[in-house]
Amino acid sequence: MAEERVRTGAPAFSWRDWWDKAGMLVVFVLLFAGLSLKVPNFLTWQNMIGLSLSVSTVGMVACTMLFCLASGDFDISVESTVAFGGVLAAVVITSTGSVLLGVGAGVAAGALVGLANGTIIAKLGINALITTLATMQIVRGLCFIVSGGSAVSVARESFYTLGNGTMLDVPYPIWLTLTSFVVYGVILNRTTFGRNTLAIGGNKEAALLAGIPVARTKIVIFALQGAMAAFAGVVLASQMTSGQPNSSQGFSLDVISACVLGGVSLAGGVGTISGTIAGVLIMGTVQNVMSLQNVDTFYQYVARGGILLAAVLFDQLKKR
Amino acid sequence: MGTAFVLWPRFVYNTVLLVLPRHREMDDMHLRFAHISKMFPGVHALDAVSFGVEQGSVHAVVGENGAGKSTLLKILCGVYRPDAGSIELAGIEQRFHAPLDAFKAGIAVIHQELNLVPEMSVAENMFLGHMPSRLGWLDRRAMQGAARVQLAALEEEISPQTKVGALPIAQRQMLEIAKALMRNASVLAFDEPTSSLSAREVAKLFSIIRRLREQGKAILYVSHRMEEIFDLCDAVTVLRDGRHVETFSSTQGLTRETIVNRMVGRDITDIFHYSPRQTGGPALELEQVTGPGLSAPVSLRVAQGEILGVFGLVGAGRTELLKLAYGAARKRSGTVRVAGRPVSITRPGHAIRAGVMLCPEDRKKEGIVPVRSVLENINLSARRLGSFLGCVINERWEWRNASAHVRQLRVKTPSLRQLAMNLSGGNQQKVVLARWLSEEVKVILLDEPTRGIDVGAKSEIYSIMYDLAASGAGVVMVSSDLPEVLGVADRIVVMRQGAVAGELSRAEATQEACLHLALPRQSMVN
Repeated sequence: MAEERVRTGAPAFSWRDWWDKAGMLVVFVLLFAGLSLKVPNFLTWQNMIGLSLSVSTVGMVACTMLFCLASGDFDISVESTVAFGGVLAAVVITSTGSVLLGVGAGVAAGALVGLANGTIIAKLGINALITTLATMQIVRGLCFIVSGGSAVSVARESFYTLGNGTMLDVPYPIWLTLTSFVVYGVILNRTTFGRNTLAIGGNKEAALLAGIPVARTKIVIFALQGAMAAFAGVVLASQMTSGQPNSSQGFSLDVISACVLGGVSLAGGVGTISGTIAGVLIMGTVQNVMSLQNVDTFYQYVARGGILLAAVLFDQLKKR
Repeated sequence: MGTAFVLWPRFVYNTVLLVLPRHREMDDMHLRFAHISKMFPGVHALDAVSFGVEQGSVHAVVGENGAGKSTLLKILCGVYRPDAGSIELAGIEQRFHAPLDAFKAGIAVIHQELNLVPEMSVAENMFLGHMPSRLGWLDRRAMQGAARVQLAALEEEISPQTKVGALPIAQRQMLEIAKALMRNASVLAFDEPTSSLSAREVAKLFSIIRRLREQGKAILYVSHRMEEIFDLCDAVTVLRDGRHVETFSSTQGLTRETIVNRMVGRDITDIFHYSPRQTGGPALELEQVTGPGLSAPVSLRVAQGEILGVFGLVGAGRTELLKLAYGAARKRSGTVRVAGRPVSITRPGHAIRAGVMLCPEDRKKEGIVPVRSVLENINLSARRLGSFLGCVINERWEWRNASAHVRQLRVKTPSLRQLAMNLSGGNQQKVVLARWLSEEVKVILLDEPTRGIDVGAKSEIYSIMYDLAASGAGVVMVSSDLPEVLGVADRIVVMRQGAVAGELSRAEATQEACLHLALPRQSMVN
């Protein structure tokens, strides 16, 4: 019998492990450094703020999308929930005059949408793609119904601070996104809930037989995702000072692309917060640079798709 | 001057030798592995393995889990490329860049997981990759005709139009053999072919293999089952830890002990090493339990310290019974009592809290989480015990827990961070077992715990079972391996067609008695 050379005692350090966790971030740092040198006006305070603002919405929702994909599911209804959160908040604020009530209503509505998604997928066993495809349509419809078909302007000044106020010269949405990254990172790495998510995505049967509450975990993930998306939508509405029922079209795919770029496996069971952050930042940076260079928006689409494809290909080659 | 004069015949002789065409060494081995080496991250799967397989012989390849048998077969069929060494066919070195090259060279490997497309027909599967066509249109008639001829040669009455998914495993295997013969394979390799076959099907398979041997094929036979090897094979090669240990060119006079000794590097005389132990009060009691898979209410008792063997044929309902007891399937009626107290178990979580654990039958589908590490797999359920407030992970506790069990169960892994899917089957099974040993076990339900595991590891698992029982747990072991059940269990329950057929104590249990209870009443006993 061969002698196992297993390390006991404190967890040992391994380069391969470190690269799996932080490799994508290193790629981003290199990309960032390269661009700072080559692209004029890139490394300016104003541009950095603009870049961060542009990825803040995607960044917040990517945190929960990470959990959703890691548990082996899919969710394309987030784009409608983002719009709905903003619209509902705007409508409630306009009618009741209370900003707190509006924000609360928006987030609660998002959580309810997520709850519905989770229950249908986890308890009724319906395919996640189809379920969220349906809710995406339904919630989008609700957006138009609630808003009466057009944008809902919010006249309350206190509402604007959420999206436009700053702390230490950095706008609130950026702080909120950073907080999300930290909070969800801790949840994924340091809680049983986070580890269970990965186990469920890796092998649902095994997780079930190991006593993990699979259905309950999935419902919580979707509910959190709904709440997070709605909250991001409220922040977005605050930035635009109005709730727009047709905002964020195609947003779901942006979020999923960022996650996949960051190493989250669509089959489930694999995913890290640092990878997701990297994915979000890389996508945002590329877009930012293209805008700086005045590249036609149409080419930006091509570029985004191309990066995603290249990343996934690279990942496959790494596995050979 | 004189010396040179004497030496000139030598010069002539050497010159003539140089000029004459070189006479090639005739290798009587049709297939030869020459110094094959293969490395995977952190693991030396194969280390300069060399041996030869004769034409017209059945050559067994045996070894413990992790010895390198599967890797060798994968190199043979071109899925992996060796890091060093080569394969020689009829003396000529082969370089396979893809499975297609091996395919064309006449090598056919029949894997445990058969390479068939269930949704396509028998004929289509046989011609996969080289379907006959006329002017670009698929020639179905030619396909079906040829398929029928080939199947008839193997004495199989399957219509070429049947969907493969509808065929039982034994027939699918025959189909794979037909596929290989269709393209005149000269080398056939079988990987654990009999694990899902009935006795009659095994006999049929063996007669076909013997016929192939007479036709001059070089046949490789990878298996754990000693009886089969002695029954069927002419030569045996033993691998251990990726190295070639010994090749016996004849099975005459070869004993099981010798092979086992070469496989593990030491002598194992009695793998069961049973010794009776004290039993206590009831650990688990099932009373009139009914549910999916059971045709009649089942009642079962296991005492603390007792090992209950549950024997039966495929389809007897043993796995279903365990799943009902564990809460993985919905019970329709009946009560479950743990340590005398009735418990309500509707989810595996309830069972675990009551101290009842289940080690499932199919470790790939229900056991390990392939993309997560060994560390995570072992702590999958028990992490809540070491965590803070049941929520926050205690990494040090998890690490210590996993290391202790890896050491105790002798799991072969380069590190705890190794992904579970990179371990060999037997080690994966040990990881699943370790998951449950991390908990406080009152009752453990083991479903085929030693399936696909080598002799050395089997013995270790039995030791663990005895230790568990000795510490007061009730152990239920479902097994299709009759010698194992007879060797390990204190009491045996035999199931037949979804109900309990009978109970036997260790003293009264014999092979005949068990089989008699297990066989369905209406069948004709062969």
